[in-house]
Amino acid sequence: MLKAHAKIMRLVEVAGEVTGRKKLHKMVYIAKKLQVDFDERFEFHMYGPYSEELTLRVDELCSLGMLDETKESKGAIELYRYKLNEDGREFLQYHNVDIGYGDRLISRMNQENSRFLELVSTVLYFEHLPYEQMKSKVFTLKSMQKYTEEEIQKALAFMDELRDMIKQ
Amino acid sequence: MQEPQLLSEEKVFKDPVHRYVHVREKLIWDLINAREFQRLRRIRQLGTSYLTFHGGEHSRFNHSLGVYEIMRRILETFEGRVQLSREEKLLCLCAALLHDVGHGPFSHTFEKVFRFDHEEWTRKILTGDTEINRILRSVGEHFPQKVAEVVGKTYENKLIVSLISSQIDADRMDYLLRDAYYTGVNYGNFDIERILRVMRPHEDGVVFKFSGMHAVEDYIMSRYQMYWQVYFHPVTRSAEVILCKIFQRARQLYDSGYIFEQEPRHYLPFFRGEITLADYLMLDENVAFYYMGQWRMEKDPILSDLCARFMDRNLFQYVEYNPRDFINLEEIKKLFLEAGIDPAYYVEVDSTSDLPYDFYRPGEEQERIPIMLRMSSGELIELSRKSEIVQAISGKRRFDHKLYFPYDKLMSLPEDAAGLIRERLGVMEDA
Repeated sequence: MLKAHAKIMRLVEVAGEVTGRKKLHKMVYIAKKLQVDFDERFEFHMYGPYSEELTLRVDELCSLGMLDETKESKGAIELYRYKLNEDGREFLQYHNVDIGYGDRLISRMNQENSRFLELVSTVLYFEHLPYEQMKSKVFTLKSMQKYTEEEIQKALAFMDELRDMIKQ
Repeated sequence: MQEPQLLSEEKVFKDPVHRYVHVREKLIWDLINAREFQRLRRIRQLGTSYLTFHGGEHSRFNHSLGVYEIMRRILETFEGRVQLSREEKLLCLCAALLHDVGHGPFSHTFEKVFRFDHEEWTRKILTGDTEINRILRSVGEHFPQKVAEVVGKTYENKLIVSLISSQIDADRMDYLLRDAYYTGVNYGNFDIERILRVMRPHEDGVVFKFSGMHAVEDYIMSRYQMYWQVYFHPVTRSAEVILCKIFQRARQLYDSGYIFEQEPRHYLPFFRGEITLADYLMLDENVAFYYMGQWRMEKDPILSDLCARFMDRNLFQYVEYNPRDFINLEEIKKLFLEAGIDPAYYVEVDSTSDLPYDFYRPGEEQERIPIMLRMSSGELIELSRKSEIVQAISGKRRFDHKLYFPYDKLMSLPEDAAGLIRERLGVMEDA
């Protein structure tokens, strides 16, 4: 019953504000990979794991007036910010949404920038591969981002940190 | 790479959409005959749409052969225009043929309830212990992984990936034409011959000669029409809602220790969340229908009723729903509960949305690669800048929300209870 929508709103509520569409996608993907109960299906796109369903749901929530979207120009880049408004908060009160430890993960992830979360989600996407193959995938598919091996190590450490947070 | 063999003579499949599907490579022939590919004959391409459009009974097997045939023809068009090795051509053909091999019965609903992704199963079928994997390995040890990467859109050659997955690709072109043909609707048609003739490889993707723009316009419009007229048809969605409730109920019963008259052996791994590849491959629509037939005889009245509804096409009625009206929805659910009808299984809001075509917006982090037209000067221009028709629907999201409920159950309630619910739903007595 619109629970999928409510979970996205819960994420934005916990984060306070999410800066960037890409960041939102990566946060949901990473949380989902860590067994937080999000509904959206992801595929690998230009910027890593991406969900068409999530894009449409966020647009829908904005058009319904339950999520505020503001757009600002940052040089050549257009940046979108998402915030829950009063109507959205009221909607959430009527939808019993509990994403458990997802709250903690979201708060932590929101402290990172979208470039780093793009790397973390890409590393997670290829976690079934041996380390060298995963690294090669990151370097090949993300050549524009020019990630270093040191950053990959940081991404792996970040995932360990998130996994530790689940156990707490 | 080992040199793959050609068949002694070309094999053909008669096909209502492409007239013939041509197979020359022994590798492709063997893949079609593999157990995991034959399973696709038992999975409908359009899920529950056959309950709305009775012709829509075609399978994922038909569609997969169609995507393969389109890819084969694209490669013919590309001959001499782009350098693809023999292995890369085989990679394109195999990925086209096998892109849907991980689909299960009523995929969309099934994946929603049991929380998995068919793409993950596609990868496992391609790289795991399967007949398909053994056949692919005859090309080379890493070939199955490469096919999985193309299907998963993580292969390094973006041109090859774009042929299977982009805003205009072999997969979409086949399903639009095929679904239109089998459902009997007119609006899914477009001139694929023309599109294939004007398609050109260009760096990381494909572009279309400007002279073929009208055929591309037709494709975009047919996609738009098919989504709203066929794929998102409210009756089809009603059947999906019921199917979803059947799986939810069966799982809930299992979790609560209910003893089924006949143990649902095929579903146990899904209820337990411990699914092996062998378990997954055992499941098809024949199995799903078998259990629905069994479950309609179960003593649990909800499971039994839902299965009977699905099999007899006694679907839920619907009304338009505004998601901002959630307080009213809570009241409706409360009234249903008071009347002895469990709203968890008999009241549902279904939302659907679509973005028919997305154009390029400078500076934005967008994920859809726009369709580019190649002018006679060689300049590339994005489709919606040249086509007013496409421009009219570009970047436009459309949403639809419906509230589903069993009208017959409502009518069987005492008049005062039924009247209150009808009033809340905004339906007349003879709806």
